[in-house]
Amino acid sequence: MDVEETRLPGIGLRHDLVTAQGRRVGVISQRNGARHVVLYDEQDPDATAATIELTAEESEVVAELLGAPRITERLSRLREQVESLATEGVPIEPGSPYVAATLGDAAIRTRTGASVVAVVRGEEMIASPTPDFRFQVDDRLVVVGTSDGVAAVGDLLNPR
Amino acid sequence: MEVGHTAVLLLELGAVVFGLGLLGSLAGRIGLSPIPLYLLAGLAFGTGGLLPLDAPEGFFSAGAEVGVVLLLLVLGLEYTAGDLVENLRRQAPVGVADLLLNGLPGAALALFLGWGPTAALALFGVTAISSSGIISKLLTDLGRLGNRETPAVLGVLVIEDLAMAAYLPVLTGVVAASSTGDAVLSVTVALATLAVVLAVAVRHGSTVTRFVGTRSNEILLLRVLGLALLVAGAAEAVHVSAAVGAFLLGIALSGEVAERIGDVLSPLRDLFAAVFFVFFGLSTDPTQLPAALLPAAALAAVGIVTKFGTGWIAGRRAGVGPPARVRAGAALVARGEFSIIIAGLVLGSVPAAFGSTVAAYVLILAVLGPLAPRLVDPWVRRLARRAGPPRPSGRAPTTA
Repeated sequence: MDVEETRLPGIGLRHDLVTAQGRRVGVISQRNGARHVVLYDEQDPDATAATIELTAEESEVVAELLGAPRITERLSRLREQVESLATEGVPIEPGSPYVAATLGDAAIRTRTGASVVAVVRGEEMIASPTPDFRFQVDDRLVVVGTSDGVAAVGDLLNPR
Repeated sequence: MEVGHTAVLLLELGAVVFGLGLLGSLAGRIGLSPIPLYLLAGLAFGTGGLLPLDAPEGFFSAGAEVGVVLLLLVLGLEYTAGDLVENLRRQAPVGVADLLLNGLPGAALALFLGWGPTAALALFGVTAISSSGIISKLLTDLGRLGNRETPAVLGVLVIEDLAMAAYLPVLTGVVAASSTGDAVLSVTVALATLAVVLAVAVRHGSTVTRFVGTRSNEILLLRVLGLALLVAGAAEAVHVSAAVGAFLLGIALSGEVAERIGDVLSPLRDLFAAVFFVFFGLSTDPTQLPAALLPAAALAAVGIVTKFGTGWIAGRRAGVGPPARVRAGAALVARGEFSIIIAGLVLGSVPAAFGSTVAAYVLILAVLGPLAPRLVDPWVRRLARRAGPPRPSGRAPTTA
């Protein structure tokens, strides 16, 4: 699917695409946050047949309606595909040897086969941390791997 | 008891501004641009008009200058340096074709009528440049922002605005100079200054933006207006022209601050732009208008055809179909504020018939401009229906 991006000087940006059924749909993003959803004429694909103007708030709601079901769909499909995979939050406890160490130092993937996909720190969530990411006490690592691998990460970070 | 000067000034000024308000709402109701009505009001209030007024003359002449500065400043705010550079790169050939197609008939008419080279140069600009104000409002009103020919139309407007930034200093230089050698020197100085200021505006826009940025809208308004008048005055002093100075400042200001400036300045721009159009009407002799109608109408007829030519060229370059190319041409017909700005610069140094011809020309095309797309629309629709969807999938030719 090709999304074409066109600059509208003084107004903003227009993105448009042709659907599988041959209709052209576009979205104009004005710099003040307002959006226009544009449906093109079937006879004359250069002309607009209808334009719907959305405020910044309305366009967020529409985006959620269009996007959210797809995300849930994808997640549930992912869960089916990875039935054999486990996801778990592994904390960095106060006694852990890896407090203040970096993700690279811990070499988690090499040693356990599981991957750290995100770190939850307080209210914040750091997605895809890089190897130089430095752990702190009470960080919660989101780990994905086989159930053995995930358990191994827990033993590695917080040995008893 | 005699009525004091202040009372007369306020009464006349109040009557004029209130009258403009009524005209503006009338224009809005019938889908017209208010510009021709403002011009007509100015003609009516001027010497020899229906209702000659003399008290507010001083206010109007100063207000008109501020109006030009604000019109160009707000226009500049809408563009980012990126928009301009990208457009110049992609649309330069269309811009050259547009200016030559539309400007040359004007220049030819001025020479034919024996008005001299300055008037020819000025009339070149008057007929070449479309009205960004009327056209962008028109595209919004007709719901055509999404149309695939619209980027081409906007691209032409951007190129014209940029061309004007180079053209106005040349015109101001020519007007100010007494001999040919003088003119060459003053134009060279003006263009060199322009190049330096443009480079600064593009490179150091964020510094300028930080400099004026503040949380209070009141302070923002005063700072920006003050700075704009200072820059415009300095630009005028070196013959770059006040309008271009304000335009470049507008380009330099960017980001969220620029948007807020646009919001606080727009009402002020509307007021002083109205004053500017009235003032041009005031300084035009209405008794000359009937004699100017014929050349102006002929020029307008040619000007409509040549803008359709521009639309066709720009549309073809953007890869849209013939119906869309016709629509692009129709959208570009309107002339307005820029034609008046250009004419205002030379009024003192060209024959009086020039001013009334330009007034009549803009009156005609500012009225026909918003009508043209509506008039050709049924025909364009038939054309599109006859051609049918160009591809079975309904996919338009992709833009190159």
